[in-house]
Amino acid sequence: MPADSPTVVLVYPDVLGTYGDRGNAAALVHRARARGMRCRVLRVGVRDPLPVDADIYLIGGGEDSAVVAAAARLRHSHALDRAARNGAAIFGVCAGFQMLSAEFSGPDGVRHDGAGLLDVTCGRLEGPRAVGEVLCESAESLDMGFLTGFENHQGDARLGPDARPLGLLVRGVGNGDGRTEGAMQGRVIGTYLHGPALVRNDGLADHLLQLVCGPLPQLDDELVQQLRRERRASALSGHDRPRLGWGRRAGRLVRHLGHQR
Amino acid sequence: MSKVPARLRLSIGLLLGRAAEAASRMLRLGAGGVIGGRVLVAVAPSAARDLAQGRHLTLVSGTNGKTTTTAYLTACLRTLGPVDTNADGANTRPGFVRSLAAGSAPRVVLETDEGWLPWAIAQTAAEVVVLLNLSRDQLHRNHEVRLVAQSWGRALDGVAHVVANVDDPSVVLAALGARTHTWVGLGSRWTQDSGLCPRCGAELERSLDDWWCYCGLRRPSPQWWLEDTDLVSATDRVALDLELPGQANQANAAMAIAAAAHWGVDPHQGAATLRRIGSVAGRYQVFERDGRRAQLILAKNPASWLEALEMVAGTTTPVVLAFNSEGVDGRDPSWLYDVPLSRFAGRPIVVTGRRATDMLVRLEMAGLHDVLRADDAESALALLPPGPVSVIANYTAFQEAREVLDDAG
Repeated sequence: MPADSPTVVLVYPDVLGTYGDRGNAAALVHRARARGMRCRVLRVGVRDPLPVDADIYLIGGGEDSAVVAAAARLRHSHALDRAARNGAAIFGVCAGFQMLSAEFSGPDGVRHDGAGLLDVTCGRLEGPRAVGEVLCESAESLDMGFLTGFENHQGDARLGPDARPLGLLVRGVGNGDGRTEGAMQGRVIGTYLHGPALVRNDGLADHLLQLVCGPLPQLDDELVQQLRRERRASALSGHDRPRLGWGRRAGRLVRHLGHQR
Repeated sequence: MSKVPARLRLSIGLLLGRAAEAASRMLRLGAGGVIGGRVLVAVAPSAARDLAQGRHLTLVSGTNGKTTTTAYLTACLRTLGPVDTNADGANTRPGFVRSLAAGSAPRVVLETDEGWLPWAIAQTAAEVVVLLNLSRDQLHRNHEVRLVAQSWGRALDGVAHVVANVDDPSVVLAALGARTHTWVGLGSRWTQDSGLCPRCGAELERSLDDWWCYCGLRRPSPQWWLEDTDLVSATDRVALDLELPGQANQANAAMAIAAAAHWGVDPHQGAATLRRIGSVAGRYQVFERDGRRAQLILAKNPASWLEALEMVAGTTTPVVLAFNSEGVDGRDPSWLYDVPLSRFAGRPIVVTGRRATDMLVRLEMAGLHDVLRADDAESALALLPPGPVSVIANYTAFQEAREVLDDAG
């Protein structure tokens, strides 16, 4: 039954929340309340048991050592699997995305099991860290226009047959294949977009809310639209991305062509 | 050039560096210190080592408070004699070397960028290093606090003396390798980057004024600590009564006085010196404009925004929030959501800067809707009623606000 007052869980914000990830919860609350709905946020620390009956789970980014510890805890608790089976929507950003995958690589290249909720394997990007503004077109099924965010990661993402990309890249590195950004599978979404992603992409915030609340009335926020236009222009200008030397550009081109084959 | 003796290279480098600096000033490209330093380093790569030889060097590093602590420590040490410093805040290699070249005082205090600290220690063999804190800042550049802390730890191994903040676990772990320590208890509002043990990665245990890990790392007993507005040791109590506001500046003063005490400055005399300082590199400077008394506050990352919020808490003083995202500001402003900006409620707010829209959206998400927008700090002030105003700005926005208000004066 759709929730009319969704409960949002911020998963381990004490160790996963390096990039303003609580802003994603703020965006959900803002857009729910603007429609007269109540929306409760539970911050569940890494020492505490995760509830399994909440509606939306948000998992943020973190430093590498924190991510490995948090991923092990998540996996052993099985709380996310149970929440997913109960119909919850789950949204992971950056390290949170990797933790939702089947397997991800730590900074030392060691493979770790993820929660396995996305048919995705996350390795390490060859070459420099991906840092800068990202612009992509949202997947056709989402129909929410462009997605904007800021990426800062060394991970890639290879999608298996059960997962679909969240967006198609216009600017940025995203999954590292030169074409796609993020992944989704049922009610589980992962992305490398900070920003925070649900603040900059009100359509994505509404998508998560609608997954658990059913259809919602249209809600326009001119300020957010202005932010989206500014960020799109910035991504297209390339000003926010460090310049690569010719050698690295050539390397990236070769890898890109390799992926296309 | 490789066969030219180091001394001659240094002399040539100094000459060419000064020429570059003069040219930069003549062409109105800036003060020229950085270009002068670059030329000097290019001609004489060992300039830092050569220029530091035979002088008593103290390096000051950390995410927040470097400039103020450096100014405070310099003021304290000047009670003993001349001191050279980088008061212009140029704290990476070119500025650092240029500051060493600018004088020949026997004592030198240099503010040092966190990322450049290992290089600075290796080059100068500084006798004393003051370590303030480490927290998230410019994450597009310093991707992880833990990695910066690790590089510090390697660099500090064997350093003669470290003055370190015991309330930051990353700082403590990095400092442990030094030969001797002055531990200072500063308290900490920002603990979001120290939830895990920096040594073993386990969750840290915390009580009111203590932290520890089962791996054995724990908060050292401080020789100096802050109690209300006093700096206290087992045998002494020094009233700070600073002109500069806020707990952050008490922490900066505590670190400076403790470091100065290591060099032989009486803490009471040190504190008396600091009481006369009302502004450091424009921070807390007050500008009068048509009845508005605007005080400039630098807040460049979540930890320092939290301190800025604390300074205006309990008042209804209007605020101007100036926000950019140039390289030194950090290009990803997502961290705005780590700061409880809803505490600005109940006062007029004007937003300016090149990322003003991000700030406006952030405030909207915090439930603050009646927020105005202005093109720059001066036009922001014009939208506010006469009286005191706090202008809170991140790094480049701060410099721009300072210039605009200076010009307007």
